[in-house]
Amino acid sequence: MTKVFADRIDIDLMVNGEPVEARVPAGQHVIDFLRQELGLTGAHASCEHGVCGTCTVRVDGASVRGCLMLAAQLDGADVWTIEGLSDSEAIRDLQEAFIARNALQCGFCTPGMLVAAEELLAQGGVPERAAIREHLSGNYCRCTGYEAIVDAVETVARQRAGQVQA
Amino acid sequence: MTVQFGNPDRPNSYIGKTVPRPNAGRLVEGRGKYVDDINLPRMVHVAFVRSPFAHAKILGIDAKEARLVKGVLRIFTGADLAEVCTPWVAVLAHLKGLKSPPEHPMALDRSCWVGEPVVAVVATSRAAAEDGAALVEVDYDPLPVVADMMTALDASTPVLHPEIGDNLAFQRLHEEGDVDSIFAIAHKVVSARFKTGRHTGVTLEPRSILVDWNPAEGQMTAYHATQAPHMMQTVLAKHLDVPESRVRVICGDVGGSYGIKVHVYPDEVATAAISKIMARPVKFIADRLESFTTDIHARDHEIEAKIAVDANGKILAFDVDDWTAIGAYSVYPRTSAIEGNQVVNLCGGPYDFANYRAKTTVVFQNKTPTCQYRAVGHPIAVAVTEGLVDMAAAALGLDPVEIRRRNMYADDGYPITSPAKMRFEGLSHHQSMDKLVELMDYDALRRDQAEARARGVHRGIGIASFIELTNPSPFMYGIGGARISAQDGCTVRMDPDGSIVALSGVTEQGQGTEAMLSQIVAEGVGVLPSNVRVITGDTQVTPYGGGTWASRGAGIGGEAALRSARALRDSILEVAAAMLQADQASLDIRDGHIVDAESGAGRMPLEELGRIVYFRGDTLPEGLPRELVQTRHYITSEYPFAFTNGVQASYLEVDVETGIVKLLKHWCVEDCGRIINPQLVDEQIRGGIVQGLGGALFEEIHYDDEGQLLNGSMADYLVPMAGEMPDMVVGHVETPTKESMLGAKGAGEAGTAGAPAAVMNAINDALRPLGAQVTQMPFTPERILRALGAIED
Repeated sequence: MTKVFADRIDIDLMVNGEPVEARVPAGQHVIDFLRQELGLTGAHASCEHGVCGTCTVRVDGASVRGCLMLAAQLDGADVWTIEGLSDSEAIRDLQEAFIARNALQCGFCTPGMLVAAEELLAQGGVPERAAIREHLSGNYCRCTGYEAIVDAVETVARQRAGQVQA
Repeated sequence: MTVQFGNPDRPNSYIGKTVPRPNAGRLVEGRGKYVDDINLPRMVHVAFVRSPFAHAKILGIDAKEARLVKGVLRIFTGADLAEVCTPWVAVLAHLKGLKSPPEHPMALDRSCWVGEPVVAVVATSRAAAEDGAALVEVDYDPLPVVADMMTALDASTPVLHPEIGDNLAFQRLHEEGDVDSIFAIAHKVVSARFKTGRHTGVTLEPRSILVDWNPAEGQMTAYHATQAPHMMQTVLAKHLDVPESRVRVICGDVGGSYGIKVHVYPDEVATAAISKIMARPVKFIADRLESFTTDIHARDHEIEAKIAVDANGKILAFDVDDWTAIGAYSVYPRTSAIEGNQVVNLCGGPYDFANYRAKTTVVFQNKTPTCQYRAVGHPIAVAVTEGLVDMAAAALGLDPVEIRRRNMYADDGYPITSPAKMRFEGLSHHQSMDKLVELMDYDALRRDQAEARARGVHRGIGIASFIELTNPSPFMYGIGGARISAQDGCTVRMDPDGSIVALSGVTEQGQGTEAMLSQIVAEGVGVLPSNVRVITGDTQVTPYGGGTWASRGAGIGGEAALRSARALRDSILEVAAAMLQADQASLDIRDGHIVDAESGAGRMPLEELGRIVYFRGDTLPEGLPRELVQTRHYITSEYPFAFTNGVQASYLEVDVETGIVKLLKHWCVEDCGRIINPQLVDEQIRGGIVQGLGGALFEEIHYDDEGQLLNGSMADYLVPMAGEMPDMVVGHVETPTKESMLGAKGAGEAGTAGAPAAVMNAINDALRPLGAQVTQMPFTPERILRALGAIED
């Protein structure tokens, strides 16, 4: 079989700071690769067509829908999931704010929500509430009604900007 | 000894405080364990071939090609599963006349809705199972479709289940007073036709089950995303012929439920049946299209209703004619007649009036079955009631707040039995309304509205009072023959180091059940909440109970926890008194220490008591009870339900050019009795409001005339997103129920009950000067523009 028609692809990437080599089915999505092959079950599959955001992970610095990207596209990529972001303490303040504000209920959307929120926070400054809401509009939450999430993200933005004590 | 709730400085005062949820920490780290995160040795996956027709005869099934797919192991038809699984009939004896035919886990010779499972393909991976399913050839002969609700009973409409005679599943007429005479003589009669959109729960975690039948042990273990593990234990045991003691339902993290995950789904029972046949673990995770076509739908109602008032705005009568269509089968075991029945029970709920007629007509059709979804029937009843009250106020030139104040039951007049024969132990409509008016600064908002109107901006204020049914007794399901527990239990135990474990029959799907239980047990025993480990969702471990639905977790599960915690406290103190040679009544437990109750002086840590009881019991007096495990159960008995009440308000802006509604702010004051954790209650209210707002503005399942579902994806079925939702102000009045020591009623559904009506009334308040009115949910831009006469065809 020629490479063009190969149904399995070799990839070599970093996941949560650790090297990963894998041979993946050509049609496998990133979210299935992370969950089923690497056991990283923090991000979830839900709508499976890029609408709800529960599968959101960080790929090369950007928030990416794990259900819209193929694992085969990850060759050479630097991938971070909620597990790595937790272990590295990179978003500890955001996680603490989510707990303190009860910005999660069932927790199914939360890993994706945190990755999306961190993408906004990483831009620096203190975004308006409307801007936070706009940025998180690709991440559905059916439990909280969003207000607590917006509060938590706003709190962390202020903390990081030095406007309030952590 | 009772808990002195009135004293905030009492020892161990955790009930009423905001304490963090014990399970939040792992969920924010992605350490949750949902069913799809579990993989077992030899596990296989099932995918279902589902009916593409709303109604069709199944002439034949050809699975030859599917069997050739690499990884496909077995293929099952409905007949195969019928050999190991008995069918069910979803009726309740107290809903007189309710009928529904037997339903099997998969269709036998006829499919009755688009999405009904017809063939199961089992493979080593979900992908292979789906590939196999795509190759199964089913020979269908399409049959006439019953799609329209209002013509379902017409003689010209085919009968969906000929063996039960007609398409009527259930009908109930309730009449009180002399309705016709009142309407004939009333000062003013206002009528309207309301429609509530058929919608569904859209849990982000799809329905999920993993069943492991181990014939060598004779045990079935089901890892299940469910709200009612014991109910599922009973159902699987009964229909798959296994003793209940040999069915273990384990419910770990659940990714959203809202009523969607409290029902028995054919494909989930099929998964268990397949596991029993194959004797290995079988996993089924619904995909999103399967969620839309097979998760229960709800709220598909059309209502013709009228109100009669006198010249002072006093409500004289309501007359409500409600229709709903429930799909092809009543859903097991709660049935699909409850929602319509609730509309009859709840219309006019907050108001003191005498003449009432309400009728619900529940019909079969070839669509996805409907059943109980968050706030069951309430959003419909509240929309009808509050819509009519606002229309009457407008007809009389009365302010919407004022007409309600003139009609709501007086706060000091309880107990009361309503014209619908609902019994209210104690409600606070007037206090709640006063608080709402203050929180929203009603007069200032009216000035803002007038000022906006002068600028050509159309803003509206909508008010919606409501009652909400919580803490159900066996009157909800048990008396009708359903094996659904209204009782719940809790076992509380002290381990040797003095730490506490509480095992509860109620479950957690994100509401904060485990936090609430940890607070109650901590206060009841006298330890820190962080020293209480709460275990829920395992039928082989926890006391038998109902689970979490109908806003019963805190009121019923919480009371069982309090009673068992107090019992453990008594047991500990009995041992302590013997060890310390003290009078038991002179001792107390505070922060994990035995103390002198009077002075608070420490006498002994619980750890020392644990060491003696567990390892040096020889040093205690012979015959001294040393039972450091206590179980108590609780069931409500004085009232069939603990009603709560509240009032919501919406402030919004309607763009009359585009028909788009912008939500500016939302308020809710509610009375759920004793509040155990203020933050958790507030967030339940907020989350509930937003689900109600979804129903008001976005959510609607569409079918065509052939019963084809048209919007089976999240791109096509809209739910609230962060960008469109308002900030919400939540306030409380506390009227504890006297039935329990704890005094808690439910809070999980109040937000959803009142929000759609508040939005409808606000839109109509904005549109009234333009002579327009909307009563069909969701209030889409198109419907608003039609009401304004901007679109005609």
